[in-house]
Amino acid sequence: MARFVKTGGKTVKAISTASLPDIVFIVLFFFMAITTMRETDVMVTVRLPETTEGKVLEKKSLASFIFIGEPLENFQALYGAEPKIQLNDTYKEIADIQDFIAQEREQLNEADKTKMLVVLKIDKDARMGIVTDVKQALRRASALKIMYASTNVDRIVYGQ
Amino acid sequence: MARKRRSVPEINAGSMADIAFLLLIFFLAVTTLDTDTGLMRQLPAIPDPNIPQDVNKINDRNILEVKVNKDNMLLVEGQLTDFNRLREIAHNFILNPNDSPNMPEKHVVNIPFFGNVAVTKAVISLQNDIGTKYGVYIAVQNELIAARAKLRDDLSRQQFGMPYDKLDDDRRGAIDDFFEVPISEAEPKRIGE
Repeated sequence: MARFVKTGGKTVKAISTASLPDIVFIVLFFFMAITTMRETDVMVTVRLPETTEGKVLEKKSLASFIFIGEPLENFQALYGAEPKIQLNDTYKEIADIQDFIAQEREQLNEADKTKMLVVLKIDKDARMGIVTDVKQALRRASALKIMYASTNVDRIVYGQ
Repeated sequence: MARKRRSVPEINAGSMADIAFLLLIFFLAVTTLDTDTGLMRQLPAIPDPNIPQDVNKINDRNILEVKVNKDNMLLVEGQLTDFNRLREIAHNFILNPNDSPNMPEKHVVNIPFFGNVAVTKAVISLQNDIGTKYGVYIAVQNELIAARAKLRDDLSRQQFGMPYDKLDDDRRGAIDDFFEVPISEAEPKRIGE
C-alpha cells in the first residue's frame, strides 16, 4: 500500500541563477542589433501632422532628412522664432539644399542613386511658403521622391 | 623535479550578470524604436523650357479643384467645404457612379487581368496659398490619398479577393492603371486675399 506520509523536512531549494547572464545577454544582443544611433541632433521643434494613410519608411539608408520648424528656444535669441530649415547639424537656407542633395547622393552607391528618398520632417504649424520653396529646390536638384513625415493615427476628425 | 598539478583558479562569474545588465540598460536607453511613417509623393520634374507645354489638354469636368486659402479654409470646386466631407466628395468624383455629365469621363482601355474596361480620367488638382498651414495641407493630401486608396482596395478585394497591400507588383500595377487619378499640385498662388 502506498504511503502518503511525507518524509523529511520541507526545504525549498534555491532557484539557480546561473542562466541569468545568458538570458540577459540574449536580450542585450537583441537591443544591440536593433539600435540605430541618432545621427543628427534636431535643433528645431517638429510636431508632425497626423495622417491615416502614412506608409512606413523601409530603407532608412536611402533616406535624407530635411527638418523645418521653429528653432529650439536656446537658439531663438540668435536665429529668431521663424521656422528655419535644418540640414545635417546646422540651419541652412533654400540655396543650400541643392548642395546638400548632391552631397547625400554622393554617399549612396551607384545602384541606389535613383532610389534616393528625401524625408521632409516639417512642423504642422509651418507655412506652405517655406515648404513650397523647399519642394522647388528639390525639383531643381532632381530629388523627386519625397516623403512627408507624419504620425499615423486610425482616424482623424477635423474641427471646423 | 616533478611539479604537482597546477590548479587554475576558477573565475568568479557572479558579476557577469551585473555587467550584462549595465550594457543592456545602456542599449535600452539609446535605442530609438520609432519607425518613420509618412506620405510618399513623387514631385514632377522641372519642365524643359525648350519643349513647348501642351496646356489645358484636360477637360474641365475631369478636374476636381481643391484649394486651401491662407485662412486654412477648404474650397472644393469653388465651394466652401468641411474637411470631414472631402474624402467622400473625392470618392464620388473619381467613381462617378451615375455617369453624370459634369463628373469625369471614362474611356475604355485594355488592362491586364481586367480586359477592356472603362477607366476614369479624373485628375485632382491641389492648390494652396503660401500662408496655408502645412498641417492643413497634409490633412487635405491625406484625405485625397485615402479616397483613392479606398477605391483601389475595394477593387482589389472584388477582383482578386485580397487587400491591395498584399498584391504582387503586376496586379497592383493593373489596379493603379484602373484608378490612376493623379493628384497634381499647381504652383502656389495667393488665394482669397
